[in-house]
Amino acid sequence: MLHIKSKWFALLGALTALGAASAPAQMLINGAGATFPQQIYTKWFDEYQKVDPSVSFNYQGIGSGGGQKQILAETVDFGASDGPMSDENLAKAPRTLWHIPTVAGAVAVSYNLEGNPQLSLDGTTLAGIFLGTITKWNDPAIAALNADVKLPPDDIVVVHRSDGSGTSFIFTDYLSNVSPDWKQKVGKGVSVSWPVGLGGKGNAGVAGQVKQTPGAIGYVELAYAHQNKLPFANMKNASGNFITPTVDSVTAALASASIPEDFRFSMVNAPGDKAYPISGTTWLLVYAEQKDHAKGEKLVQFLKWAYSDGEKYASALDYAPLPGAVQKRALERVQSIKY
Amino acid sequence: MPPASQALPASDSRAPDIAFKWVAALAAAMIVVLIVLVGWELYAGSRLSLGHFGLGFLWSSKWDPVQDKYGALPFIFGTLVSSLLALLIAVPLGVATALFLTELAPLRLRQPIIMAIEMLAAVPSVIFGLWGIFVMIPWLRDHLFVWLKHSLGFLPLFQGPIYGVSMLAAGIIIAIMILPIITSISREILRSVPNLQREAAYALGATRWEVLRIAVLSYARRGLFGAAILGLGRALGETMAVTMVIGNRPQISASLFAPGYTLASVIANEFAEATSDLYLNSLFELGLVLLAVTILVNIAAQVMLKSMTGSGPIKVN
Repeated sequence: MLHIKSKWFALLGALTALGAASAPAQMLINGAGATFPQQIYTKWFDEYQKVDPSVSFNYQGIGSGGGQKQILAETVDFGASDGPMSDENLAKAPRTLWHIPTVAGAVAVSYNLEGNPQLSLDGTTLAGIFLGTITKWNDPAIAALNADVKLPPDDIVVVHRSDGSGTSFIFTDYLSNVSPDWKQKVGKGVSVSWPVGLGGKGNAGVAGQVKQTPGAIGYVELAYAHQNKLPFANMKNASGNFITPTVDSVTAALASASIPEDFRFSMVNAPGDKAYPISGTTWLLVYAEQKDHAKGEKLVQFLKWAYSDGEKYASALDYAPLPGAVQKRALERVQSIKY
Repeated sequence: MPPASQALPASDSRAPDIAFKWVAALAAAMIVVLIVLVGWELYAGSRLSLGHFGLGFLWSSKWDPVQDKYGALPFIFGTLVSSLLALLIAVPLGVATALFLTELAPLRLRQPIIMAIEMLAAVPSVIFGLWGIFVMIPWLRDHLFVWLKHSLGFLPLFQGPIYGVSMLAAGIIIAIMILPIITSISREILRSVPNLQREAAYALGATRWEVLRIAVLSYARRGLFGAAILGLGRALGETMAVTMVIGNRPQISASLFAPGYTLASVIANEFAEATSDLYLNSLFELGLVLLAVTILVNIAAQVMLKSMTGSGPIKVN
């Protein structure tokens, strides 16, 4: 028995040695979390490889919940989340854990009406539609905002995300912000108990369902509305202007949002003149003190690069880069990471 | 070749036998251990919600992650109804296909059809889902459902608004997905019906249909039932394609046109973003419920199988 055991151990040892030998002589930094910023992060890792070939990144888009869990358990070097962590979860962190915003994005309200008219909506009306109190397209509330559009007397089919997602968080955060009724009956979260409507899986599922169903209305990340050639509504913002979701109008929202010291903020219904109201940011979760000196150093170098050179890759991918002032604050936070 | 007992000393010849017996027993025990471990892990992961909601979890219809209130009833309902619908569609279709392939089809046709069915089994779930969203749903919404509502609309089953995505759409897509397994097993079972049975029936002057009914189908009844149960097992756990066409709404509705939700789908949908402990525990408990539902359904099936009389010796599980 003992003999057999030692043989197994020898084999195991040989395999481990083989694995170690075949691995590249590179440092690997692991991250996990939100899927929304995955595209820009992947782009950053690719570009950064050219800047510093000695470090490579492995990012798993397992969702914000998973990202928070993994960074709390310290199984990854950084986490990523579309929603700020709750006080309850943040209290579980073994050391100071920082939120650092990276990019922002818009949530577009898309619909399926014959002739693809350009609609304008405000927060109260949108909340009414998603609460099920506004059920017809020719409802006076919608008609009042769209005098020049001939609205059909058809039923509105509400489509929302069925999977927990940062997109739903931003959308319900906005509705809670503009409608006391919504705040009291539903609230905000990555998943909520929707009063009406059908659930589609992922942005693709919602976009597909809106595209397929006459009379449907749903919300998707801006990039998906573009890709699926869906029309999207101009939303009335806090200063009373109707704003089209674009990269610029999101950056404008971010510039006018009030951002607290710990960066855990919501930028929905931001006060700026040109701010698109349904937008949100996404965060990296990084420990203020890195355990591994070498890794910490590389991570900080990468983040410095991301906030100086990396942001310019954002808009091509439909992400809004941080406005100058916020970028500067984020950079200062990065520079104060100890390793 | 001389018998082994003469060529080798008795003790030596028994050693491999005993070793094999233990290896096989270990393999079988692993399955039991695996199920127990899965059950234990699910239990351990859901302790918080088990303690918090108690048995009320099973009949509460509320699922509200914002207020941290959870209940499983709409999901249990959706899982059972969608799987049952799938069986109602897939079993007659699968058994008829198997009958055609073993008894009626020209020999040249059999192999191509069998291959087509096997290919159906190889199509990934998500592909069925996409096809469901973009091809099946619009067709159901504009044709089949309209026709059903028009002709059978007096039944509560076919009332209410038509969205396309619905419990019935989920039943149909699961039916397509479990068709290959039901067909393949039914075919094997029908093939194992002894030819003597058929010849005897023909000798009595039975027509082809009578031969199939009396000699083949009734002989294979138990086996075919087993095929349906295996199909049901697959149906209960089907996730990806279902969530794409069922509408993902945790509600209990009499209408098959209304959206629903299943246990497997909600776990897949919400697990990745669940941050609060109670939320995560409740999702684990849904997994535990799904395991329990699957086991209970299988036990019920075994009981029904035992009570079936006048059937042949074939048994599937």
